[in-house]
Amino acid sequence: MQGIMRISYYLVPGLFFLIALYAYIKKVPVYATFVEGATEGLKTAWRILPFLLGMLVVIGIFRASGALALFTGILEPLFRFLGIPKDAIPLLLMRPLSGSGSLALVSDIITTHGPDSYIGRLAAIVQGSTETTFYLLAVYFGSVGVKRYRYALALGLSADMVSFIAAAFFCRLFFS
Amino acid sequence: MVDFVWLLLLLAGIITGLLTGQIEQVSQAAFASAGAAVKLCIEMAGMLAMWLGIFRLAEKSGLLSAIARLASPLIRWLFPGLPKTNPAFPAIAMNLAANMLGLGNAATPFGLKAMGHLQELNPDKAVASSYMITFLALNTTCVTLIPALVISLRSQAGSALPAEIMLPAFCSSLTGTIFAVLFDRWLRRRGQMRN
Repeated sequence: MQGIMRISYYLVPGLFFLIALYAYIKKVPVYATFVEGATEGLKTAWRILPFLLGMLVVIGIFRASGALALFTGILEPLFRFLGIPKDAIPLLLMRPLSGSGSLALVSDIITTHGPDSYIGRLAAIVQGSTETTFYLLAVYFGSVGVKRYRYALALGLSADMVSFIAAAFFCRLFFS
Repeated sequence: MVDFVWLLLLLAGIITGLLTGQIEQVSQAAFASAGAAVKLCIEMAGMLAMWLGIFRLAEKSGLLSAIARLASPLIRWLFPGLPKTNPAFPAIAMNLAANMLGLGNAATPFGLKAMGHLQELNPDKAVASSYMITFLALNTTCVTLIPALVISLRSQAGSALPAEIMLPAFCSSLTGTIFAVLFDRWLRRRGQMRN
């Protein structure tokens, strides 16, 4: 297991090494070309900022207000029906909104209930198998200036929901 | 949809803040998040610049077109009708590969590169195209082989077998991805019938 984790450390330097060496062999002006790409990266980051800021501000307000606890109460019967324990609900609500927020909740669940409890494993699986949908949409669409998302958010959020239910299912299947 | 959710988060947050007497924290959170967004963007700028520099090297040397040829059957199936010579091909391939390997900070630059090429094909620049939505659905559900962060979190918390969640996490992300691809196809076809 440690081996697999270690591979990911070698991956990035290895990739850099191979790409740069190959480009040099192919007589590409390596430094000038790198700088050209990097310039484009900086421009992209600048374009993303207003979109990201718009999302993060409302998510920040929502988090700080305690609305999460309110929604947890409302949604509890539905989640109980799906076999998801009450303590995991805030995590499921937070997961598409904020990566750092949900990671903090996972860490909290793991310390409170233990990493090898059902809910501890479930939290880790949820965090590891889904993405921060709102953040991704803001960044990806923001980078090209798309303002109308059509059905993208509905699709992303319903896929998150399916992943959550699958996480609960596989967690029971593998560990009971 | 995005307007509705944005407004819901904002209004629900402010109303709950008023009712629970947390309005001070709410206004602090608004300022803190605005600052955090700028900080995040600056950090991301560095990463984007670095990866897109490397990406440009791979592009100019012809390495990317080789990768694109390898991944082309899969991408053509996921994005029906996308011209085979489109430069989005290698960017999509690199993005999906980085996602699977758990290299989140490399996936984003490649993904944004792909979005740029998809935008060139987009007739209405302010509205998301179907290709873009499919691409985002693949990214939000991303099939993950190595969820390195949670494994290290579990190991720190003293788990007996920190990596045992790898297979169930893979299965549930795969379920999410399959659902997203199928649901996306259905939504796309429904949209075409309407037009």
